[in-house]
Amino acid sequence: MKKTTTLLTAAVLGGAMALSPVHADDMRIALVVKALGIGFFEAAAKGAEEAAAELGGVEIIYTGPTDTTAEGQIEVINSLIAQKVDAIAISANDQDALVPALKKAMSRGITVISWDSGVAQEGRQMHLNPSSNSLIGNMIVKMAADQLPDGGDVAVLSASATATNQNIWIEEMNKVVGNYKGINVVATVYGDDLSDKSYREAQGLMSSHPDLKAIIAPSTVAIVAASQAVSDAGKTGEILVTGLGLPSEMAGHVESGASKSFAIWNPIDLGYAATMISYNLAKGEATASAGGEIGMGRLGSVTLSDTLDGAMSDPFVYDASNINDFKDIF
Amino acid sequence: MTSPSHTDATEIPDRLRGPLARMLASWEFLLLIVAILIFFFNTQASPYFLDAWNLSDATFNFTEKAMIAFAMALVIISGEIDLSVASIIALVSTSMGFAVQFGVDTPLLIVIAIAVGAACGAFNGFLVAMMGLPSIVVTIGTLSLFRGIAYIVLGDQAYSGYPASFAFFGQGYVWWVITFEMVLFMAIAILFYTLLHRTSFGRSVKAIGNNPTAALFAGIRVSRVKFILFVLTGIMSAIAAICLTSRLGSTRPSIAVGWELEIVTMVVLGGVNILGGAGTILGVFIAAIVMGLVTFGLGLLNVPGIVMSIFTGLLLITVIALPIVIRRTHRRAS
Repeated sequence: MKKTTTLLTAAVLGGAMALSPVHADDMRIALVVKALGIGFFEAAAKGAEEAAAELGGVEIIYTGPTDTTAEGQIEVINSLIAQKVDAIAISANDQDALVPALKKAMSRGITVISWDSGVAQEGRQMHLNPSSNSLIGNMIVKMAADQLPDGGDVAVLSASATATNQNIWIEEMNKVVGNYKGINVVATVYGDDLSDKSYREAQGLMSSHPDLKAIIAPSTVAIVAASQAVSDAGKTGEILVTGLGLPSEMAGHVESGASKSFAIWNPIDLGYAATMISYNLAKGEATASAGGEIGMGRLGSVTLSDTLDGAMSDPFVYDASNINDFKDIF
Repeated sequence: MTSPSHTDATEIPDRLRGPLARMLASWEFLLLIVAILIFFFNTQASPYFLDAWNLSDATFNFTEKAMIAFAMALVIISGEIDLSVASIIALVSTSMGFAVQFGVDTPLLIVIAIAVGAACGAFNGFLVAMMGLPSIVVTIGTLSLFRGIAYIVLGDQAYSGYPASFAFFGQGYVWWVITFEMVLFMAIAILFYTLLHRTSFGRSVKAIGNNPTAALFAGIRVSRVKFILFVLTGIMSAIAAICLTSRLGSTRPSIAVGWELEIVTMVVLGGVNILGGAGTILGVFIAAIVMGLVTFGLGLLNVPGIVMSIFTGLLLITVIALPIVIRRTHRRAS
C-alpha cells in the first residue's frame, strides 16, 4: 500500500523520474552538482554509478538545483540532511555561502567532501581537485614532446597575461621543460581568451618562428583558435597543436590532424573518485587529515595537503582513439 | 473580512450567501485543503517528512520569500507590481557586506540594511507614484540597476566575515525547533493582516486597485499610498536580505537571483487578483506554506529541480486560469 502511494505521489507530483528502491542497509551517497543538465556533471554521475556498482550496497543520489545558485544548493543540502544520507559530495556554486548548511550536515554525522569546485575548509572534510598545477604543467609539455622525438621549437599561446591559472601552469611547465630533450620554448603570447585575438596571435607565431614545431595552448579558447589557424595556413602535420581543451570543441581538429592530442580532466573519473572517497570516509576506513591518504579504487589514492585538499591524477589525455566517446559529453 | 475576490465586480447579488457557505467557497479554504492534502501526501511519500527538525529546516524554503510576498500582495492589490525585490536583496546584502569590511557591528548593519532597502523602494515609488510611469517597466529597469550596482562593487568576489551575533537572524532558534525566522514570519503576517484588513490604509489600497480615478475622487491620496507601498516593499526586501545573508554567512552579487518570480507566484497562488483590487493576507500566508511543503516534499523524493520549476509553472497557470474559467462557465449558465 505504502509503496503504491509513494509511486502515485511521485507520479502526480514529479512526473517521470527514477525512483530506485531504497534498502535500509544501503549506504547512500549524494553527488550534488552545480546544476542539473550539464554534460560534464552527467558524466561525473556516470562515474559515480560505476563506483557504486564496484563497491556494492551503495545508492547514488545524483541531484542539484536547476540553476547555478547557492540558495538552490542549500535547499538540496537541507533535503539531503532530512533524508539522513551517509555522505554528500558537492561541486559548489559558492565556496562561502554553503558553509553553514554543510556544517549542519557534518554536525548531524554526514560525511561531506567537495570536488571540482571547492568549499571553504570549515565546510567540508576534504576537497578533491581534478589535477594539480604541477601535473598540468608537466602534461602540456609532455604531450608536445611525445609527438616530437627529435625535439624542436615550441611556443605557448595562453589566455590573458594576468590569468592566474594559466600563469601557474606555464611556470610549472618551464620548471620541467629541461626533462624533455630538444624541446625549446621560443615564445609565450597571449590571446586573452578571445577567439579572434588568439587566432591572430597563432598566425603571428607561425610567421615569426619559421621552425616552429608545436603550439601549446593551456586554454580551451586558445587551443581551438590555434588549431583553426594551423589548418587555415595549410600547416597541418607540420605544426602540432596541443594543450588543454574540451573534447566537444576539439573533435573536428583531432580528426583533421591539426591536434594529435590534448588534455583535460576526465569527469567520469572525477565522479568515480569522489564516490570512492566519500565511501571510505563514511565507512571510517580512512580519515581526512593533513598528509593522510584516501583510497580511490582503480585510481589509486589521494594524498591530502595541509589545507585538506588533494589532486586526483594527471589530466586525462584525449586523442583519436577516445575522442568520439567523450565529444558528446562535454 | 472575506473579500469579493473571485466574484464578478460588476454583478451585485440580491442576497449574500451565509458566512459559513462563503467561508467554504473561499479561496483560502480551498488552499488550506490543498495544504493539508500535500502534507498528507508527503507523510506517505517519504519516511523522513514527519520529523520536527526536518520540518523546521524546510521552513527556510519559504519564510524569507513570504516576508516580501506580504508587501508584494499590497502592491499587487493596488494595481502595481514590483519585480525589483530580489535585486534589492542583492544591493542590501552588498551594502551590509561592504560595511562589515569597516568593522561595523550587527545593530548598525541592520540600520544600514533597512535604510538601503527603503531608499531602493523610494526610488521605485518616486518613479511610479510621482512620475506616473508604469510599475512593470520601472521595476524591470531597477531589477537590472540594483543588481548591476552589486555586480560593479563585488564582481566575482564575495563579502564574508559577518559578526558572530549577526548569524542569529538566519540561523538562530528561539525555542526548540522554532527558528527566529519563523517567529519573524508570523509577526510580519499579523502586521500585514492588520494593515490590509483592519486599517483605513488597507481599505484605500483596495480602492485604488479597483479604480484609481474613483479612489482619487473619493479623497484618497493615491500617489502617496502607492509611494508608501513601494517603500514598504523595499523595507521588507531589506529584512529578507538580513535573514538570507545571515543564513548564508556571505554575500555574492548573484544572491537571491530569480526570487521575484517565486514571490509573485506565492502572491497569486494566495488568491490575490493579479489585476489588482482584491486579495487577503491569509491567502498569501497559506500559499507560502503550500509552496514550502511542495518544494520540500519533492526535494525529499530527489525530484530534479527542473521538474519542480515545471510544477510551479503549471500551478501558477492553473491558479490564474481557474477563477477566470469558473467565472465564464458560471456566467454562461446563468
